[in-house]
Amino acid sequence: MKTPWNRFDFLLLPLLGGAFILLLWHLSSHSWSGDLPDPAKTWHESKPYVLEPWAKRGELDQGILRFTFLSLILVAKGYAIALILGTPIGFFLGLSPTFNKAFDPIIQILRPVSPLAWLPLGMVLFAKIKGINVTEVAALFTIALCSMWPTVLNTAVGVRAIPTDYLNVARVLKLSRWKTLTKVMIPATLPYMFTGFRLSLGIAWLVIVAAEMLTGRPGVGGFLWQQYNALVYEQIILCILTIGGVGFILDRLMSVIERRFKTI
Amino acid sequence: MSAHLELFNLTKVYPSKKGPQTIVRDFNLQIPKGEFVSIIGHSGCGKSTVLMMVAGLTTVTSGGIILAGRELSGPGPDRGIVFQSPSLLPWMTARENVMLGINQVFFTATEQERAQIAEYYLSVVGLADFMDKRPAELSQGMRQRVGIARAFALKPKMLLLDEPFGMLDSLTRYELQQVLIDLWRRNQITTVMVTHDVDEALYLSDRVVCMTDGPEAGIGEILNVPLPRPRDRKAILELPEYHRLRATLIEFLEVRAHHRPNSSNSPSGAATPPASVPVSA
Ligand SMILES: Nc1ncnc2c1ncn2[C@@H]1O[C@H](COP(=O)(O)OP(=O)(O)OP(=O)(O)O)[C@@H](O)[C@H]1O
Ligand SMILES: [Mg+2]
Repeated sequence: MKTPWNRFDFLLLPLLGGAFILLLWHLSSHSWSGDLPDPAKTWHESKPYVLEPWAKRGELDQGILRFTFLSLILVAKGYAIALILGTPIGFFLGLSPTFNKAFDPIIQILRPVSPLAWLPLGMVLFAKIKGINVTEVAALFTIALCSMWPTVLNTAVGVRAIPTDYLNVARVLKLSRWKTLTKVMIPATLPYMFTGFRLSLGIAWLVIVAAEMLTGRPGVGGFLWQQYNALVYEQIILCILTIGGVGFILDRLMSVIERRFKTI
Repeated sequence: MSAHLELFNLTKVYPSKKGPQTIVRDFNLQIPKGEFVSIIGHSGCGKSTVLMMVAGLTTVTSGGIILAGRELSGPGPDRGIVFQSPSLLPWMTARENVMLGINQVFFTATEQERAQIAEYYLSVVGLADFMDKRPAELSQGMRQRVGIARAFALKPKMLLLDEPFGMLDSLTRYELQQVLIDLWRRNQITTVMVTHDVDEALYLSDRVVCMTDGPEAGIGEILNVPLPRPRDRKAILELPEYHRLRATLIEFLEVRAHHRPNSSNSPSGAATPPASVPVSA
């Protein structure tokens, strides 16, 4: 059943879908949404940012790749904190029913809180500490706190799902606690942990925009917000597409890593 | 007492919705060093429970277990264990799975000596060319071979096998029975094996312990298997003794397993068992 159509539909259909959305966008900007720049204008005004992606003309006037890079650095730091804290917390939750009973309710309450709510708290929390960049620390605080939960919860589920057979191997061999952890429990939990890591990365990237908007830090999100406030709407869509594209690439990359650990 | 392994009044009670339920009651057995004993009985009667208690992987409600003169408490590498599923760690190669235990038990040996032990036992079970494969890359039978190598490599005081060949096709099962019995002969290792297979029990064992049905399962009778060793699978089929034993076992499973064990609770297994244990009926 390999007609030429079948062979190209994976390329053609997405192109058609994209074209449809472009058309909708174009028609909207010329009818009910007068402020929305049409696709051609958007492209024209975005060209300097796309064609010179690494340029730095000012703090909040940089090439799109440069902005993306700045955002990625911030996300990487916050994400690292999330993993470093989230994985052990997940292990404790999975290992100790007492710990789980004590902290599971509070986690369930904190988990759905929006980054927009955490950020002001972060600013207040770290305001009186000398020698730090308060906005950066508050942004990291927000990213870490929002993106930690999938790692925490998936790790906990993974620990609880370790087959008794594997634990019995450790018991029979009288492995030390440390060896049981490193040779049996962590490898057995890895697939779950990586699912958590992937979901966490998605959230960390989602939070970056909010964090940069509120703190005015340079980056894709900060740029978007600044252009909006300056009534320059052409680059908003550029930023949205960039954020979406980067998020997609990050998710793909994590899936590849995740799948490697699934095979064990 | 010269028994290498001694189980006295071994009893297991599990809590259940209808209150505590006695699964196994007053299980008494003495096994001299180097003997191969099979436990046979209907599904769910408590065979695995007995084995798990000896392995130390489940608690003993009352009674005791003495191995080589010392009362056991908890699991330990002095008992080699092979279960129906080989429970290999899937992120380790065959060699690493075996090495994990060797490093633990022979920690005074040099790196090289330990590696040699692993390689020796993996070769003996026929995995010389598959040592660096992970369980997922091995067939079911090969995985069970790794499990057998892992158990023997630790030079345990005894071996506990729970339907070790239950998941294998019959050709592979025959091969692995051969691997097991060769290793057993060479190592003179006391072995307790749970099985459902009457022919397997007769082919491998010195004695077959028949368990009555649960709850409150116990030893119904113990059958001596005085077939000369080494046994040849085809040759023993010619022996009238073999068929007599087989008929007794099948008859036990079909009829007498359903009766309560003799309440007088005489020591069912003597260290040097009599030629044939009289049927309690
Ligand atoms: N953890 C447990 N909690 C409660 N009851 C249990 C538990 N483990 C086993 N049992 C019960 O103990 C009885 C004996 O189980 P066991 O696994 O020892 O049987 P078995 O003789 O090995 O059966 P099979 O031949 O099917 O493997 C069963 O009725 C089972 O329901
Ligand atoms: Mg069983």
